[in-house]
Amino acid sequence: MADVILAGVGGQGCILSARIAAETALNMGYDVKTSEVHGMAQRGGSVVCMVRWSEEVRSPLIPCGAADFILAFELLEGLRYLEYVSREGAAIVNNYQLDPLPVLRGDEIYPEDALEDIHSIIPRMMVVQAREMAIEAGNVRAAGSVLLGVFSSFLDFPVDAWEESILRLVPGKAREVNRKAFTLGRQAGRASS
Amino acid sequence: MKRSLMSGNEAVAAGAYAAGVRVAAAYPGTPSTEILEELSKYGDIYCEWSPNEKVALEVAIGSCLGGARSLAAMKHVGLNVAADPWMTLPLIGVNAGFLLVIADDPGMHSSQNEQDSRYYARMAKVPLLEPADSQEAYEMVAEAFTLSERYDTPVMLRIETRISHSRTVVEHREERMEVDLPYERDAVKRVMIPGHARLRHPVVIERLAHLEREAESFRFNRMELKSSRVGIVTSGVCYQYAREAFPEASILKLGFIYPLPEKLIREFASHFRRLFIVEELEPYLEEGLKALGLDVVGKSRIPRDGELNPTVVGESLGEMIEMDTGVQGGGWSRPWHAPEAVFDSRLPGRPPVMCPGCPHRGLFYALGRCKAVPASDIGCYTLSVLPPLEGIDCQVCMGASVGMALGLERAFASSEVNRAKAGSVVGVLGDSTFIHGGITGLIDMVYNRTLSTIIILDNRTTAMTGFQDHPGTGRTIMGEETYALDLEKLARAIGVDSVRVVDPWDLDETEKVIREEMGAPHTSVIISRRPCVMLERTAGDYYEVEEDECNACGRCLRLGCPALVMRGESASIDCELCTGCSLCFQLCRQKAMRKVSGNG
Repeated sequence: MADVILAGVGGQGCILSARIAAETALNMGYDVKTSEVHGMAQRGGSVVCMVRWSEEVRSPLIPCGAADFILAFELLEGLRYLEYVSREGAAIVNNYQLDPLPVLRGDEIYPEDALEDIHSIIPRMMVVQAREMAIEAGNVRAAGSVLLGVFSSFLDFPVDAWEESILRLVPGKAREVNRKAFTLGRQAGRASS
Repeated sequence: MKRSLMSGNEAVAAGAYAAGVRVAAAYPGTPSTEILEELSKYGDIYCEWSPNEKVALEVAIGSCLGGARSLAAMKHVGLNVAADPWMTLPLIGVNAGFLLVIADDPGMHSSQNEQDSRYYARMAKVPLLEPADSQEAYEMVAEAFTLSERYDTPVMLRIETRISHSRTVVEHREERMEVDLPYERDAVKRVMIPGHARLRHPVVIERLAHLEREAESFRFNRMELKSSRVGIVTSGVCYQYAREAFPEASILKLGFIYPLPEKLIREFASHFRRLFIVEELEPYLEEGLKALGLDVVGKSRIPRDGELNPTVVGESLGEMIEMDTGVQGGGWSRPWHAPEAVFDSRLPGRPPVMCPGCPHRGLFYALGRCKAVPASDIGCYTLSVLPPLEGIDCQVCMGASVGMALGLERAFASSEVNRAKAGSVVGVLGDSTFIHGGITGLIDMVYNRTLSTIIILDNRTTAMTGFQDHPGTGRTIMGEETYALDLEKLARAIGVDSVRVVDPWDLDETEKVIREEMGAPHTSVIISRRPCVMLERTAGDYYEVEEDECNACGRCLRLGCPALVMRGESASIDCELCTGCSLCFQLCRQKAMRKVSGNG
C-alpha cells in the first residue's frame, strides 16, 4: 500500500503523472483512489494530486502527516504540501525553482533553502534534476515521468507495468520521450538506493 | 464486467450511457464539465453545450417528454440560472426519465460561492441521491432513471468536487438499455396554467410519501454497526472521511437524502445516546434529524464552510467521541504536524495567473490606463483582479457585468459624490459568458439608453473550464461544424450604436478605441478579439532582453506576465514561457526587447 502526494504548478503534468501511478497500482490488483485539481487552479497556480492504493481505500484525500511519498515537481510546492507527509515517508524532489508572481513582483520572498527545509522535516529525501534529465530524454515536459521513474525504484511494481501505463496514457508522439524519461529516472533512483 | 479507474464524472457518463440516455445537455462549469465531454465520446448520444444552464435543463425537459431518457448536468451555481424550469418541472412530471446531475464545490476550488444544492431538491420536492464514490455514481444513475419513470418525477443526483475529480474503481457493463416511450398529449398535466398547477401540486406532495418508502429501502443506504457507543450519520464523500477517521464507529451512510428515510434513521438512532452528523457545508442532514426529535451533534463541531477531509473530521469530533467511549481521541490518531515555522506565513502564495501570451493581458493593461470603473464577469479574465493589473472592481456571476455596468453608470450619473466617475463605467465579459447571460443585459442597456461601454473578450472558446466550444465557435461538442454566432451583427441588431473590434496585442490601438468609446455619448461594444493562446500557439517566436539596454525601470513588469522577471539590474524573459506576444516590447521605452525567431 502507499499514499502519494504529487505537488507542483499548474501545467507541469502532475495530473497525468498521478494517473499513470494510479493505473499502474490498479493493474497490480490494488484498490485505488486519486484526487485531482481541475479548472481555475490549473492556470499556473499551486496544484496537488493525491494517489492512494491498498487492499481497501476509504478517503480519496490523504490525512495530514500520513503520506508515504511526496513527488515535488517544484521546490516551493513540495514545501507547501509537506504537512501531508509522514516523518518516515520519502520525498522525491525536483531541484527546480519556479517563482510565483508575488515573488516575481518582489512582494514576497522565495524560501532561500527550500531543499534544506524539506530535508530537515523529511530525512529520506532524494533530489532529482528532473528537468535536465527530461531534456536529455527529448522534452522538458517529460519531467513528471523522470520523477515517476525515481519513484518506481522505491516500489516493487515490475517495470513493464509502469511502461504499459505510460504508453496507454501519454498522448501520441510524447510516448517514447516519456518512456525514456521514466527509464532515466528509474536508473537514477536505483543508483542512489 | 470491466474494472476501470474512473472519475465521478466519467462514472456518471458511463452510467448514463448504460441507462440508455439519448439526450444530454450542459453548460461547462467546474467541477461538472467532464460529464458531457465523456458522454459525447460515445458518439451515439445527442449531446450539446447549451448557451446556459437554463436552456440545458429545458432541452432535457423537452426530450424526456418526447420519450427519451434525458440528462442535464451543471455546477451548483448553474442551477440558480436554471431554477425557473427546475421548480415547475416536478409539477409536470416526466415521460421517459429525467436526471439532473449537480456538482457542488465545497472549498470553492473553482467557484464564486459554496452554496449547498441539497436544498434545491427539497425546495422542488424532488428525490435526491448522493453517491460516495464512482461505483455508486455509476450505479445510482440507473437507479435514478428507474425512480424517475416509476414515480413520474425528475431526480437529482448530487456530487461534489471530491466525487467529480476523484478516481475510484468502477466495475461496469458494456451494454446499453433501450428506452423509447411514446409521446402523447396531456395538457392538464403539462401546461401549468394556475388551474392545472393547482391539480398537480397535491400530486407532487402525495408522491413524496411514496418516495419516502423508496428511500427506506434504497440499496445505497448502509448501516454499519460496530461500536455501540458512537453512531455517525453521513452521506457522499463525507462517509469516506468519517470511516477513515473513526474505523470503529457505527455509521449510517445514506445514499437517498431527500426525502430522508425516517424509519431507518430512527432504528439506527435507537442504538445510541446521541448521533454525530458528518456533512459538508450546510446542516442539511442535521436539520432533518433534529426535526425527528433526535439528539445530534453536527455543525456545533464540524465546520460549516470549506471542504472536509479525514483530518478535519477527526480533529472536530475526536474529543467528544473520547468522552462517549473513553478511547483516547475517540479512535482518531492525531497526525504528526510539521513545525509551523516552515509553513504558513513564510511560504509565498501561488495564485493562478493569466498565461504568458494571454490576450486578456493587453486589454486589461490598456483599460487600466483609461481609468475605467470595470464591472466583470466570470472567466480567466477575472484573474486580472490580482496585482499588478488590478483590472476589475466587482464581479458576482455570469452575465452580471452588463447589468452591473448599467446600474453603476446610473448611480454615478445621479450622484454628487461620484459624479466624476460618470461615463467611465465599462462591463467586461467573455464570449461564452456574453452568450450565456450578457445578451439580455445589453438589450436593457440599449433600450434604456444607458451610455456605457461593454467589452467582449472574444478568445473563441470557453477557456477557464478547459476550452469547450460554444455558439460562437462554429463547432459543437460532437465535433460538427455549425453556424458561428456573429457577435458584431448581434450587437448591431440589438441596437448598439458603435461596435468595434480590436486586437488586444496592439496596446496603443486598444487604448485609443477604449478611450474613444468611453468618451462617446452612445452605447458601445468593443470586441477584443484574439484566440486563447492555449488554442493557437504562435510560431515559436519569443523575446529576449538586451541587458545593456535595460535600465530596470520595471515598466514591463506592470503586465504581470509570468515569463518576465527582474533579475539583478535587468529584466529577464523566460524563453520557454514567452509566446512572443510583444506586449513588453511595446511598453519598453529603452527598446531593450529583441525578437528571436522561433525558426532560428
